[in-house]
This record gives sequence, structure tokens and C-alpha cells, in this order.
Amino acid sequence: MKHLLSATDLTRDSAITILDTASQLAAATAQGVGKLPPLRGRTVVNLFYEDSTRTRTSFEAAAKRLSADVINFSAKGSSVSKGESLKDTALTLEAMGADAVVIRHHSSGAPHRLANSGWISGGVVNAGDGTHEHPTQALLDAYTLRRHLRDNNGDLSGVKVAIVGDVLHSRVARSNAILLQTLGASVRLVGPPTLLPFGVETWGCEVSYDLDGALDDVDAVMMLRVQRERMNAAYFPSAHEYSNRYGLNSARAARMPEHAIVMHPGPMNRGMEITADVADSKRSVIVEQVSNGVSVRMAVLYLLLGGTEGTA
Amino acid sequence: MTSYVITGGSLLGEEVADLLIDEGVIREIGKNLKGDVVVDAAGCVVLPGLVDLHTHLREPGREDAETVLSGSRAAAKGGFTCVHAMANTNPVADSAGVVEQVWRLGREAGLVEVRPVGAVTMGLAGQNLAELGAMADSAAAVRVFSDDGKCVYDAAIMRRALEYVKAFDGVIAQHAQEPRLTEDAQMNEGIVSSKLGLAGWPAVAEEAIIARDVLLAQHVGARLHVCHLSTAGSVDIIRWAKARGINVTAEVTPHHLFFTDDVVESYDPIYKVNPPLRTAADVEAVRAGLADGTIDIVATDHAPHPSEDKDCEWSAAAFGMTGLESALAIVNATMVRTKAMSWAQVADRMSFAPAQIGKVNTQGQALAVGNPANIVVFNPDVELEVVPSQSVSGSRNTPYGGHTLPGQVVATFFAGKPTVLESELV
Repeated sequence: MKHLLSATDLTRDSAITILDTASQLAAATAQGVGKLPPLRGRTVVNLFYEDSTRTRTSFEAAAKRLSADVINFSAKGSSVSKGESLKDTALTLEAMGADAVVIRHHSSGAPHRLANSGWISGGVVNAGDGTHEHPTQALLDAYTLRRHLRDNNGDLSGVKVAIVGDVLHSRVARSNAILLQTLGASVRLVGPPTLLPFGVETWGCEVSYDLDGALDDVDAVMMLRVQRERMNAAYFPSAHEYSNRYGLNSARAARMPEHAIVMHPGPMNRGMEITADVADSKRSVIVEQVSNGVSVRMAVLYLLLGGTEGTA
Repeated sequence: MTSYVITGGSLLGEEVADLLIDEGVIREIGKNLKGDVVVDAAGCVVLPGLVDLHTHLREPGREDAETVLSGSRAAAKGGFTCVHAMANTNPVADSAGVVEQVWRLGREAGLVEVRPVGAVTMGLAGQNLAELGAMADSAAAVRVFSDDGKCVYDAAIMRRALEYVKAFDGVIAQHAQEPRLTEDAQMNEGIVSSKLGLAGWPAVAEEAIIARDVLLAQHVGARLHVCHLSTAGSVDIIRWAKARGINVTAEVTPHHLFFTDDVVESYDPIYKVNPPLRTAADVEAVRAGLADGTIDIVATDHAPHPSEDKDCEWSAAAFGMTGLESALAIVNATMVRTKAMSWAQVADRMSFAPAQIGKVNTQGQALAVGNPANIVVFNPDVELEVVPSQSVSGSRNTPYGGHTLPGQVVATFFAGKPTVLESELV
């Protein structure tokens, strides 16, 4: 694997390899050995065109725990804000010897362009591109699901996951719909018809407009962030109506089977797509998702960069 | 004046005959003709010079992308003898002054007849009619008016424009794009756009405007031309309108005959174009519509852009692709080799009909003795790989780079003078 651009880049076996590696790296980290050596001397660039403290720090922590050198390059206050093109930024990073570039970009497909235009020779990891994909988020979600529902082993055969909310604009939903099915899970997409993509019936998922009817048999519910501004474009009438119809509150959470978990990629709009009591409830694994994110990103960087040079 | 004899070519793909060009006209058609210069057209088809109703020459304003001269060179290389220069220049061609400037630049280049298109509304803003009559009465004698790049979205403005140009037999060429349905749109709305996370451009955004406009044209008894029609539904609406006797014509671009939106999966903005590439069902429908005459013409929508506007991420890239040099090969690949159309039909769709829509008297004439010698000689059987750097346009944004396309323009004659001989510009 040279790049990780889309969840479609992952087969069942390669995804399981990443999850297993993440699990080993998490165990090693937990033993308190401090930094692991495998990426010593390698340079990982975090190229972030959108603000994302969560994802950037997660990748930064992952790279540093593997002893890589990390360069954070954010669009704000850099040459990018002076109008530098993606191509010129890429050529600069190449000249500085980046072994891998982790890119977050507002334009769908920007990581593909970075990886396939001959601008750089290193690996590219998509850390979220526009409304396209966010494959490491899907991996950390799969990791979290596997830990809670499959004893941190094998694939996700038989697991039922409902993904709820603004599927149309969600890169998290796209990557999860692909990866979870690759791993054998069944996925149900739930949201108002305005927020489900054209042709969603071809995604292999079950589709529902009714959240109340979609919870009885699930093993996990993944709530998506919904931007309040969407109501200005008539995707829904008001935040109030949205949370009434598609928000996860404690009454709805009570419809879920006892073992089922609640997930959210963050940042949450408390009171909008999820109420505070559900977000903070015992079945919520939202905070754990964050720590799993570091392990999974360690695994991705480790496998992408080969992890050979400089290994002690 | 040097005379030229084109020997052994197949006229409109039918009868094989020699053709003698002298003093700007076709002097003689027959066997064993003699002239000063011989153009060997054995195995080639001989067609009337191509007429493009939809060309972006970018001058004035974006001379870094194309000039009237460089665009004329690309046109001649592609077998064209007339192009209609779209109005979305800077300044916009919304006054007699600008259209006369473009017209004069075309005359100075002298490689094709450059017919300026006038803007429908001032500054393409869709609010106030441009001085359509002044442009019609100018030396440029404008007959085609278009806000291309933008839709004349206001129904009342569109109605008035359609009515107003009746006074001088003009035509409104509509860029059919409902603006609210296409805000931030990046590609055809469909299964591919949903997968790629690119904001979709639904077919209905095109079809709703066409449906409205054919009804307006019917109501006011005016002539309507639909630019770059791209969906199966649009073909149906035009077919319906023609059956009702509405005076509407329509064009399709070579790239909409050739590509489907699947190519966007590469995220390569070379495929970013307005209207967007559509589905396989749409491609099939526009091909069928062109073959049966529902779609009257092929027009290139040649849209040159400097490389920095394509060498970037998708959403930052400009819409448009070049097309003059490859148009005839694409029509050969998609329509002739597939047996959907004859060469005589190609002559109609790419020369006779566009000249009629644009009211260009000197162009789109039959290959007959006494007619102006606007002629293209095309070898349909050679296979050539497209190399973007070899383009003679001012820009390199051809989407066919790396494709091997069938056919090559061997010679082009414009008003009796060769602009292309042995497949090279003269």
C-alpha cells in the first residue's frame, strides 16, 4: 500500500492487517515503553487546509509515537494563504524530503491529485477531503466496533451499524459505508431524504428515513455531525425539527439493544444530532474513538512507510 | 492566383472526383483535372469547410489562454473555415465596439471566418438586454446572441430577447443551466458524483430551462438555439418541440458524444466541463439524437485554459476543454465508424446546418461549381495519438491526450486559399 486515499483502497485482509497492527501498537504503547522506533529518520508532513485540531493532533501523536519527524503545515498563516497552489506546496514538501503527506483538504479528490499528479514521490494519506472520504476515521470506527463487538478479532461479519444524519455531506459516512461492508458488517443509512445522496440505493446499504424504526436491531449507532447552516439551504426546516426527527436522545437510545454502542466522529453538536445525556452515557464510546484514532493512524503510517529504515 | 486541384477524394464520402479551386471558388469538378498545386486526397473524404457555432477565442481579456489568431490556427488545423467567437470575453462582447474588434482580429488572422457572438445581456449579468440591434447592424453583422457560460435564467428577459432579435433574423443561443439547482456544482449528479463527494449538477437543471425556452419560443414565434445539450431528457424535449413545429435547433459537443462521467473518478480536472460529462445512457441518447436530426449540429465549445487552471485540485479548476483540432476525429469515432451517420450527414451537422443557424451566407455551401472554396480534406483511416503539447491552440487542455483517435485533417481551404496542407498549417 503506497497511499491511503479511499476506503475502497482496502481489501478485507488489508483492513484487518491495519486493525491488528493498531491493536499491537496500542498494546506496546500501553506498556509504557515510550516512543517506538520504527519511523526514526522519516518525515511525515501534516498538510491541513481545514482547521481540524482533532485529526491533526491525532496524526501528529501517531507519527511521534513512532519516532517520525513531524512537520505541521497548515493553510492559515502560510504560503497557502498567500495564494500558493496545491501543486507548488507539494513541490516544496517534496523538496524538503517528505516521506509521507497527511492531507486534509476542503476539495474532494485533492489527495488523489496529490498522489497521482507526479508532484511528490512519498505516500499520501487522506485525512478527510471535502465531502468525499475520511478513511482513517472509518478504520478507527471499525477498530472501535471490533473491540466492543468482536473481541478485537477478525472482521465485522454480522455486525449491524446505523449511520444517522447528513450522509450527503459526510466523508465519514462514505468511508464507513464502504469499509464496514468490506469487513462484513451490514450498514443502514438513516436521515431525511434531502441529506441522502443521489443513487444511495447503489451503495449496498439499507436506507431509512425513520430513525425510530431503525434502532431495534442495531449493534451500533453512528451519529453524524449536522451543520446548523444546512437549514438555510432547505435541507431541513429547523434545528428543532431536525433534532426531533433525527436526533439521538435517551428515549431513542432506550430502543437500542442493551449491548449496542453509540459513536460520533466529533466534533458534536450537543442538542442537535445527539443529546448530552446520550453522549455522556455508558454506551457512548465517543471518547474512546479518539484514543483508538491514534493507534489506527500509527498502524497506517507504519504500514505505509514500511517501518523498516531505522528500525532498532 | 495559384490554383489547386484536390484529386481522388470522395466528395461527402460518396462520388470520387477531382476538384479544382481557383480564384476563391470551386472552378470545376470532374476527372483528371489539372491545377498548379495538387493535393492528393486518395482515400480521403472531401467535405465543405466546417462551421463551429460555439468557440471561445478568449480575446480580448484572456490572451494567455487563446487569441483570435491562435484559435484560428487551431480551427484551421481541425478543418474549420468559420468559427463563432463566444461573447464571454473581458470586456464582454456586449457592444458593437467589442464585436467589431473581434471581427477585425479575425479578418487580420485570415485563417477562418470569425463571426462574433453578441452577449444577450449587459455584462452577461442577465439583467438588462445588451444593444442587440447595434451589434447586428455593426460591421460584424452579429446574428447569434448568447450569454454562454451563464444562463439567461430570467424568463421575462429570455422572452424579450427571443422576441427582439426577430427584427434582424437573429437567434438566442441559450446556455441551459438553472442556477439555483447548480450552485457549486462540480459534475453530473449521479452515482459517480455521490461516490466522489462532488456536488452534483442534475440533468433537470438543463432540461427545465430547455423546456421553458421551447415554450417561450413557441409563444413568441421566435428562433431558439440550445447550446451543448447533454442529457437524454434534453433530447426528448427537443424532439417533442420539433414535432410541435417549434423553431428550435440544438447542438452537442464532441466530448459529450465521447466521454461519460466515469472518467471523473480520476479527479483529473481535464474532464471538468460545463455542462458536465454525463452517463452512458445520455451519451447514447445524444448520439441517437444527432443521427436522427433532433440535434442539428456538432459544436465544439472549444474552451482553452492556461495550464495552471487545470493543474490543480478539482474544485479549484476551470470548466472547459479544447476541441477544435479533435472535433472531426471524434465525430468519426463516435458517429461514422459506428455507422450511425454518413459523411454527408457529417457535412450537414458540421457545416451546412451551423452556417444556416448562424446565417453565414459564405459558409456551409455545397461542393458545387461556383461556390466559395471552403473545403476540408479528411483522411478517416489513420490512427493518431493525441499529444497535447503538439496542439496549435494557445492552450493544452485537450481531454484526449493519450487517446488514439481516428482520422486527420489533410488539407483545409478557406475562401480558396489553403490554411492547412499535408496536415500542417500553411
